[in-house]
Amino acid sequence: MRLSESDSSALAGAQRHLSYLEDGTTVMSWLNTRDHKRIGVMFLAAVLFFFFIGGVFALALRMKLLQPGPFLMDALSYNRLFTLHGVVMIFLFLIPAIPSAFGNFVLPLMIGARDVAFPRLNLASFYIYLAGAAIAIFGMVHGGADTGWTFYTPYSSTTPTQVLPILLGAFVVGFSSILTGLNFIVTVHTLRAPGLSWMRLPLFVWGIYATSIIQILATPVLGITLLIVAVERVAGFGMFDPARGGDPVLFQHMFWFYSHPAVYIMILPGMGVISETVCAYSRKNAFGYKAIALSSLGIAFVGFFTWGHHMFVSGQSTFNAGAFGILSMIVGIFTAVKVFNWVGILYRGAIAFRTPFAYICGFLYFLVFGGMTGVALATTSLDIHWHDTYFVIAHFHFIMVGASMMAFLAGLHYWFPKMFGKTYPEGWGLVAASLIILGFNATFIPQFLLGNFGMPRRYYQYPEQFQALNVASTAGATLLGFGLLIILIYLFIALRWGPRCEANPWGSKGFEWMTDSPPTTHNFDEIPTITQMPHDYRTHEAPGVIGAA
Amino acid sequence: MPHELSSAAGFEGVPEELIGHHFSSLGRQTEAMRLGMWLFLATEVLLFAGLFCGYAVYRFQFPLAFQESSRHLNISLGTLNTLVLITSSFTVAMAIHYARTDKPRAAALCLILTILFALGFLGIKAVEYAEHFREHALPGKYYAAEAVKVPGAAMFYTMYFLMTGLHGVHVIAGMSVLSYILWRTLQGRYSSRYSVGIELGGLYWHLVDLVWIFLYPLLYLI
Repeated sequence: MRLSESDSSALAGAQRHLSYLEDGTTVMSWLNTRDHKRIGVMFLAAVLFFFFIGGVFALALRMKLLQPGPFLMDALSYNRLFTLHGVVMIFLFLIPAIPSAFGNFVLPLMIGARDVAFPRLNLASFYIYLAGAAIAIFGMVHGGADTGWTFYTPYSSTTPTQVLPILLGAFVVGFSSILTGLNFIVTVHTLRAPGLSWMRLPLFVWGIYATSIIQILATPVLGITLLIVAVERVAGFGMFDPARGGDPVLFQHMFWFYSHPAVYIMILPGMGVISETVCAYSRKNAFGYKAIALSSLGIAFVGFFTWGHHMFVSGQSTFNAGAFGILSMIVGIFTAVKVFNWVGILYRGAIAFRTPFAYICGFLYFLVFGGMTGVALATTSLDIHWHDTYFVIAHFHFIMVGASMMAFLAGLHYWFPKMFGKTYPEGWGLVAASLIILGFNATFIPQFLLGNFGMPRRYYQYPEQFQALNVASTAGATLLGFGLLIILIYLFIALRWGPRCEANPWGSKGFEWMTDSPPTTHNFDEIPTITQMPHDYRTHEAPGVIGAA
Repeated sequence: MPHELSSAAGFEGVPEELIGHHFSSLGRQTEAMRLGMWLFLATEVLLFAGLFCGYAVYRFQFPLAFQESSRHLNISLGTLNTLVLITSSFTVAMAIHYARTDKPRAAALCLILTILFALGFLGIKAVEYAEHFREHALPGKYYAAEAVKVPGAAMFYTMYFLMTGLHGVHVIAGMSVLSYILWRTLQGRYSSRYSVGIELGGLYWHLVDLVWIFLYPLLYLI
């Protein structure tokens, strides 16, 4: 990428200012910061740590499943491991990953703000997250739970394993999620730069906004549900205990009222990342901007009315099941609207096949595949066959890992120069992306087959005829893990010794690139005035570095 | 939401440090704080919604037990508590009024009254709880009351203790909020030019009150 003259002079001017990374280098200056960018970076480090732990748990599970009989670990350890894998990946990685790390970092930059609306609350959100994680880790060290991340009653209120700290950990982390969502909504409402109307908001902001609505409205219900289970364990209140007239299915309703929308907490920000990167790497204006923006809100809204599809076999009426099934399929329509528009953006674009673009390709394929199997699962008659089998596991891993994690990695590579002012090695990036996408397919396509043959989820032992597919799946998981390890290594090296990059190495016209990379502490010397849509590639000159001169 | 403070005019004399560096004006910041509080109240409503939903389910499942157990609660104490809380909502509203009309001492007095009412509420609730403990009218496995022997009575007390317990925690949280704004009032932070802090504290107290307005008929009256 060549610098235009105005760019280099702007860059030279920017050197006079300290970037947010250099503005205070003591440990306390980080721990006590109010800067959304530093909080975002701290969140990024934390979620990567938990992603690593959750990944190690997953690999251990896959190693056990190489053999149909007892192998490597006993059944109880196996049960504990899959519970911890679920809890860590969902509550400590996927839910905060994109909103709390990237959202915190780029959302204020994208809307031309100096910070989020409540910076102190933002820091509190990080410490609440750490506190919740610490409680959960305490529970893990003391033996962990064996209920699965779903904590179904009455088992979760009677099992002798350490359910309580894990429950409370998830409960506390929920507050962090609520505060982050609240902060983003208020920020988008009150801190947009002059000229930045709602219909000019970057699509990532729309994705985060829709996510925040879910975080605010759904998380409290999970909070009260987990609290009741905790009270039940400690004091035997019996609200979900059939022995005392309680209804365990009520628990499932209340649990999924949060936990299904939580799936959209995990995927909507990823869709936002893809909307940004698709434009940036095909150098095209957003095609169907309104459709992409509003379908995020559509998913957030209808997502609240689909929870019953987790309970097709728990005795709900046929009418309810049918209604929940149809409502779930509406999510498929909104998602398809996005997919068609993304493909519309790619069409005749000037594609730059960089690492994030590889993840975009992976994302589109996995999202469509995972989404289509989701529509199939929402069909009650089919779901009864597939319920609680590996088919369901493969389906939601296609969305959670295939789509969300791909989007996370796309964002990580796209914004790495923005966050640290360094470039990662492109060749290694593409190698790792290929390994990950290949390994992912090898891991989860066999699981679709296993599920269809009837192998139930969470089982320690399985019939011998399933071994070949299980071995294939484990081999794929190893490849996937290897790919992720490569990323970890080269990003660490790039962070320490990587070459310094220019302010906008991608030539992206996303609004967050209006500032220097890495940005100064207050982002802008002067709040920019927005006069165009984000990712407007119709004009030919590179975007100037506004406010950094 | 009222936006009458959104205009930047009329803020001469407001101390600089009240405005965050990232806000263009105090009006903007006030707007942000109000929106933030309303969103937070929404999360509180959803928190209680889970319990209300559980109440509805079990009332439908055990109509007789819920009716009889409800008759057995001390309705006069419940009614008294409702009056106490409604009055406290009035005094906190008056505190905001006095703060806005530059009468900080009257505002502080009203806040002290509100906190006393809150304490009174908790005291009366404690008397009721003590009664339940004496009668063994307790949730779940501890239920051994002689008075109501219908199946499902234990579930009534499960819901009763969960709902009033969570509400009680919110009363205590509300008292800390009230104490904080009392402290700020005594420091002279609120005036006709700047009163959003006391306003938001009052808003939170109204929510605590409002939850009880729903709990009272559900638990005592129907």
